[in-house]
Amino acid sequence: MKILTEMPDVTALMPEIVMTCLALVLLMLDLFIRRKEITALLAIVIAAVVGFFLTGSSGTAFSGMFISDGYSSFFKLIFLVSLVLSVLISIRYIKIESVNFGEYYSLMLFSTLGMMLMASAGDIIVLYLGLELMALSLYVLAGFLRHDTKSNEASLKYFLLGAFASAFLLYGTSMIYGLTGTTNLKAIAHYLAANGVAHNPAVMLSVILFVVAFGFKIAAAPFHMWAPDVYEGAPTSVTAFMSVGPKAAGFAVFGRVFLTAFGGLQVDWAGILIPLAILTMAVGNILAISQTNIKRMLAYSSIAHAGYALIGLIAGGGNGVASMMNYLFIYAFMNIGAFGVVIMLRTEGFKGEEITDYEGLAKSHPLAAALMLVFMFSLTGIPPTAGFVGKFYLFMAAVAEGYTWLALVAVIFSAISAYFYLRIVMYMYMKEPKAEVALSTSAPHGIALAVATCAVLLIGVLPSGIIELARAAVAGF
Amino acid sequence: MMAEGIFIYLAAAIVILSVLVITRSNPVHSMITMLVLFFHIAALYVTLNAEFLAAIQVIVYAGAILVLFLFVVLLLNLKEEMVARRYIGPWPLGVLAALGLLVVIVLSLKSFIPGPSGVFTTEVVRAETNTKVLGQILFTEYLYPFEVVSMILLVAIIGAIVLAKKRLRN
Amino acid sequence: MVPLHWYLLLSSAVFVVGVAGFLTRRNIIIMFMSIELMLNAVNISLVSFSRYLSDMRGQVLVFFVIAVAAAEAAIGLAIIIALFRNKATAHVDEANEMKG
Repeated sequence: MKILTEMPDVTALMPEIVMTCLALVLLMLDLFIRRKEITALLAIVIAAVVGFFLTGSSGTAFSGMFISDGYSSFFKLIFLVSLVLSVLISIRYIKIESVNFGEYYSLMLFSTLGMMLMASAGDIIVLYLGLELMALSLYVLAGFLRHDTKSNEASLKYFLLGAFASAFLLYGTSMIYGLTGTTNLKAIAHYLAANGVAHNPAVMLSVILFVVAFGFKIAAAPFHMWAPDVYEGAPTSVTAFMSVGPKAAGFAVFGRVFLTAFGGLQVDWAGILIPLAILTMAVGNILAISQTNIKRMLAYSSIAHAGYALIGLIAGGGNGVASMMNYLFIYAFMNIGAFGVVIMLRTEGFKGEEITDYEGLAKSHPLAAALMLVFMFSLTGIPPTAGFVGKFYLFMAAVAEGYTWLALVAVIFSAISAYFYLRIVMYMYMKEPKAEVALSTSAPHGIALAVATCAVLLIGVLPSGIIELARAAVAGF
Repeated sequence: MMAEGIFIYLAAAIVILSVLVITRSNPVHSMITMLVLFFHIAALYVTLNAEFLAAIQVIVYAGAILVLFLFVVLLLNLKEEMVARRYIGPWPLGVLAALGLLVVIVLSLKSFIPGPSGVFTTEVVRAETNTKVLGQILFTEYLYPFEVVSMILLVAIIGAIVLAKKRLRN
Repeated sequence: MVPLHWYLLLSSAVFVVGVAGFLTRRNIIIMFMSIELMLNAVNISLVSFSRYLSDMRGQVLVFFVIAVAAAEAAIGLAIIIALFRNKATAHVDEANEMKG
């Protein structure tokens, strides 16, 4: 009989363990904290501490179920950045929405913990559990405005479709378990290669089931239908959070599963992902044009960006994956920045979610309009912003791998996207203010926007640092 | 022969009951059908030498999860529910998609080859008892996912309280 | 012994019935029960793999699936209650505040 006589080696897990313990402490402390701003501040401190532990963590633990490498650490960096920025833009907002509860921050921490577990998963069952931890916290966060029917609906739709998608993930897992007798990603790859069953139709079935499940998580068409409703109905700060972190986590597991376990089948799954990427870019960019609600428009925009990032995965290889990670990193800053401006327009008694609310913003609030201009330029991919750098490296990676036509398609869709991003810029700068729009500002919010703007502009001008970081991160994959 | 007979009865009952679950207009009837279905699935687990899971199936699924469902159903206006439309407008599309999926799954299952055999043959498990073997693996090899599950249950508790109980201060 | 394929066919049938229920029913609770059906289908195939591969890991996976299903049920039903308080509907096509 095998008994665990000593502590397993958990040094590689330090960031996750620290995150868990501190998140639980915060949950308890919150009972005694009256001013929820302090809870928010502590949440940021926790993120910083976890970030500190991140630097020293590498290796595997629990017989390969947990992998900490450059790839996972880079993704965890994205999650922590999006966590900090989202917390900063939430502080004032959830007060205005009168849901100023400390659990909000705890749930964000738990959700981030789930993402971290996903990025480090070396076994499908751990991946599934991390995904559920992330998703269950997000369902609650999406429905956090309990008195608001839209928020209820958002949370319901997210929940139903999320649970539906994870059932597909489990069915795919059970297939692959039956075929290979294991759920460990490396062991699956090894078995498939050694026994020549890689092209068994049942393997392809489980690949398709995984594509469906992960497609839901990254909101790729045709599995995107939840995204517009959920993004519109959820509290804006939560929308900002879930448009970046969970999407990046989805890509992290997409890359991990498909490049590790199904690495030998790259030709086959690339054949599935290419139409998916094109459809995603088409749906996102074309349907965004007709939107009148800015959160809905940004939802379609986030669908389109998932399509761009998929190109990096299709290109594969070190370069492709590095460009995808780099893109997701940049996307975190520009998207949360854009939502940060959207949140500023939300004041007591005024929603500020219609695109027409931005008319003449440059006259009444020039600074806010200038920030929005930067983020819209970056989302379109206009130099010298970071969005351009991200897209440039993605498309270069695609061209290098022989997908020139795919890169061209993506460039055409980027050109279409200019129409709806720049329409907001046009409304802000070319139109007269329709009504007096007040802004709700606060110091944390200002810090978040300043950080996001600086990052977008700095990476746009000096991209080499982040590119090198992403390349180095992939090197050990 | 005996084993095949039992399987055919259980399989037929499971499929028929699951079709009944999704077609009843009264949610309480669906729920009771589901209860019977869970007992049949538990019996199927017994035929597969998974006694512990059969017990869990009855205790957790039938005992806890279904009762939770039943509480929520009691909130509904059942009279109204009985006469309301059961299916969404484009329901044939949904059925068609499901049938398409069935065809894809069955076709790919045709060439299914099971993976390598492990060490836990029926004899080994019988000598050690199912629960003991399961526990040993769960708390050694699967210790890490086990800990993660505890976090998931914690989030479920917090989430349910936040969504359903916590008072709003206005 | 019953062939493994029989169990797999049973599992796929239950899974597809769950998918059909999810895609066609209006009642949110029945949709959620359809998801539970899909999870049960997965469990059936995992337990039968566990038996036919002589490997206990399949049963451990079922254990995790059931635990997560319980957590999902708690959250899902809390969400339904929150919606019901504001809107008194349990029909998915009446949850339509947002369009576009």
